Amino acid sequence: MLAYLIRRLFAAAVMLVVIIMVVFGIFFLVPKWAGVDIATSFVGKQADPAAVQAVREKLGLSDPIFIQVWEFFKGIFVGRTYSGGGDVTHCAAPCFGYSFRSEQAVWPVLTDRFPVTLGLALGAAVLWLVLGVAAGVLSALKRGSLWDRGAMVVALSGVSLPIYFTGLLALAIFSYGLKWIDGQYVPLSESVGGWFGGMILPWITLAFLYAAMYARITRATMLEILGEDYIRTARAKGLTEQVVIGKHAMRSTMTPILTMLGMDLGALIGGAILTETTFSLPGLGQAVLNAIKNQDLPIILGVTLITSVAVLIANLVVDVLYAVIDPRVRLS
Amino acid sequence: MTTQRTSGRRKQALAAAAVVAGLLTTAACGGGDSDGSKNGAAGFDAANNKVAQASLAKKGGTLKFGGAQDADSWDTTRGYYGFAWNFMRYYSRQLVTNKTSAGADGAKVTPDLATGLAKITDGGKTYTYTLRDGVTWEDGKPITSKDVKYGIERVWAQDVLSGGPTYLKDFLDPDGKYQGPYKDKSADHLGLKAIDTPDDKTIVFHLPKANADFEEVLALTSASPVRQDKDTKAKYTLHPFSSGPYKFASYSPGKDLTLVRNDAWKQSSDPVRKAYPDKITVKFFSNANDLDQRLINGDIDLDLNQTGMSPQGRTVALKQHKGNLDNPVSGYIRYAVFPQSVKPFDNVHCRNAVIYGADHVSLQTARGGPVAGGDIGTNMLPPSVPGAEGQKYDPFQIAGANKNGNAAKAKEELKACGKADGFSTTIAVRNNKPVEVATAQSLQASLAKVGIKAEIDQYDGSQTPGIIGSPSNVKKKGYGIIIMGWGPDFPTVQGFGLPLWDSKYISQSGNNNYALIKDKKIDGLFDQYVNTLDAGKKTEIATEINHKVMEGGYYLPFTFEKFINWRSDRLANVYTTDAYSGMYDFVNLGLKSSK
Repeated sequence: MLAYLIRRLFAAAVMLVVIIMVVFGIFFLVPKWAGVDIATSFVGKQADPAAVQAVREKLGLSDPIFIQVWEFFKGIFVGRTYSGGGDVTHCAAPCFGYSFRSEQAVWPVLTDRFPVTLGLALGAAVLWLVLGVAAGVLSALKRGSLWDRGAMVVALSGVSLPIYFTGLLALAIFSYGLKWIDGQYVPLSESVGGWFGGMILPWITLAFLYAAMYARITRATMLEILGEDYIRTARAKGLTEQVVIGKHAMRSTMTPILTMLGMDLGALIGGAILTETTFSLPGLGQAVLNAIKNQDLPIILGVTLITSVAVLIANLVVDVLYAVIDPRVRLS
Repeated sequence: MTTQRTSGRRKQALAAAAVVAGLLTTAACGGGDSDGSKNGAAGFDAANNKVAQASLAKKGGTLKFGGAQDADSWDTTRGYYGFAWNFMRYYSRQLVTNKTSAGADGAKVTPDLATGLAKITDGGKTYTYTLRDGVTWEDGKPITSKDVKYGIERVWAQDVLSGGPTYLKDFLDPDGKYQGPYKDKSADHLGLKAIDTPDDKTIVFHLPKANADFEEVLALTSASPVRQDKDTKAKYTLHPFSSGPYKFASYSPGKDLTLVRNDAWKQSSDPVRKAYPDKITVKFFSNANDLDQRLINGDIDLDLNQTGMSPQGRTVALKQHKGNLDNPVSGYIRYAVFPQSVKPFDNVHCRNAVIYGADHVSLQTARGGPVAGGDIGTNMLPPSVPGAEGQKYDPFQIAGANKNGNAAKAKEELKACGKADGFSTTIAVRNNKPVEVATAQSLQASLAKVGIKAEIDQYDGSQTPGIIGSPSNVKKKGYGIIIMGWGPDFPTVQGFGLPLWDSKYISQSGNNNYALIKDKKIDGLFDQYVNTLDAGKKTEIATEINHKVMEGGYYLPFTFEKFINWRSDRLANVYTTDAYSGMYDFVNLGLKSSK
């Protein structure tokens, strides 16, 4: 198990380095090939030549690309000092770059916004997992029934309706219309009730989309598994239906569910852009959207890396959990 | 970075938006008190160029702003967004500032830190000011003339503090001899020769050449004092040190901003600011529709950005809360411009053919109609600029007989241009401005009727300075018609038109004189304008410049832009001002209740 973990961690680290290099290349190299001076995107409306030159100096944009990548890596571990135009800016480790738009180091921006996105992703995941899996199992067990058909119609709606529709609808009904929920984000540190009130609609909206997909996958997997020989054997041995479903069928059903959960959760932690935009949640998704609008490359790069790390970690956890859930999986 | 598993299919989005708009309309509460009442909304247009409910303003309470966009910078030297300049008056003072009056009077300059307007000598090249007693920073230390000089010197440090207006640099040091305070070798870093500070109360400006708008430029927030020991250079935007009635309590870019009272500020030292609320908050929204609904629901008092409500929110508000709305002229003109380097637009008759061939009502509709888009533009001087005549000056009968286009006249002009059968050209339009794309399509359709075949090229809007700001690129791409908009940095013909119409401002990159106007008469009028100190004569020259520009047929104006802006029931002492292009004047907004 330990050797397996070390191997996976090593692979994840290599993957991360490759991702950083690719992302760095996309943001800093490709524009250069296209003849665009990215220093101009760091200055405002008045692209004063002195300002452009200072940014070029500060970011070392005239250096060869491998030196720029090296400086970036070095910054993560030992920090980095940007100097140019008579100004010196120190970015403490871990330095993931510096936004010359907001004059902030990227890392504190990410850590400030990360709890919002994490809260959104985890809260929604609990909801969609419980509701989606329960609905899927019940549908499989009551195949062809009114419940099954009703649940699958709801699931189909959930998959079909985009967040910007269901989110606005939820706000229109529960927040603007009925005024049951304020719907404005309040940090957890300020008020637990306020935080819950601000998150409940985003959770439900996001969970509605994902629960629908999980219900459909659970149903399909469960139906397939219920036809397996070992289920028939379990029933033939006289085990109760609760044990057959709960202990034997569910374990196998959970394997693909877990795979999906790892990917989805990892990806969402990188920022649920549509949900955060619809509900004006100050998370990573909102940060990256603003950064795209403002061409704030360091923030985009930072969020991309956070997403990559989250997906890698989630996959690692899922791989380990496979062995716990399904004894047929061997770690080799 | 990732998104949810949803695709952004356009049709789906439009259908969804339509359904949700309907639901929002149903969900929105309230009745239409368009006439206004004492404690409720003041009525439609009640604050447009006049003061609404001034007597109801009480001291205290929290004034709540909401915005879809954060400032480009809260550093007084670096900010260039109009709403940011407006908001900066809460925490910054200048020698002179714009009057806190409604409409055109608000565009006039009044003393702020200074005891009076400038004593102008030396044929308009020397401006002398004396500072008031009792003016202080947020730590109680007095504001000195050296602080004002240092704050102005920061404009020269473009390598560190980029982004803001550079008029002061252009007016005081056109040759760029000074390197800015961060590279200044003198012991006090106050080496700019054009400004003298003989004592802590006196400041003298020496202009190499007279400029009649110098005091207007000193009223911009980029002329605010900054104290050297509090100058955090590029990071100053995160916490500017206050000289005004409020100071920064907290700021998280793109999330929120809170100002609280600056206890060191004394009302007796400030003839401009009333400082009604105790606290001012700004919350940033990523969903403009959500912001509008929060305004309608009363969670927020007004929109920080002041660029008008979204179509969805506007529809609900106009229907059910008209009394909370104002419909001011924004100061912007939306237009098409014809680069003379692209044939056949070197010929005035071909340019005139486009002006006559266009359906101006259709263009106005594409801009949002008469209420949300604005009045049909008939000339190139915004109504808020002294010397403007509004729709009274309409040399092409754009809002009159030819408002739906005059095909016969257009064909006549085509014949005079030697293109009786019409011609082909390209319309360049920013791809990130849907309304501009709609106007391009409208223009394309109406020109087709007179034989002018126009293709539309949607270019990357974020690269505007390098694409349409490069005359060689414009010529290479054959952009005969460029769709654009422009508003004044300060409300004078110089603040609006100099970069657009003066031949000296034609540049190879970041050019704004897209038509490449090289008219000695216009250049001469601008030279005459900057040397004229008499306000009446300045106005006359502004009018004449506008006439010359229109006679050249360089522009097809679409609209004198208007917005629909929201003011909550809680607000008092509300008025729009020409100083900030028809926005509400933030600095003296009050609340009806201190709760």
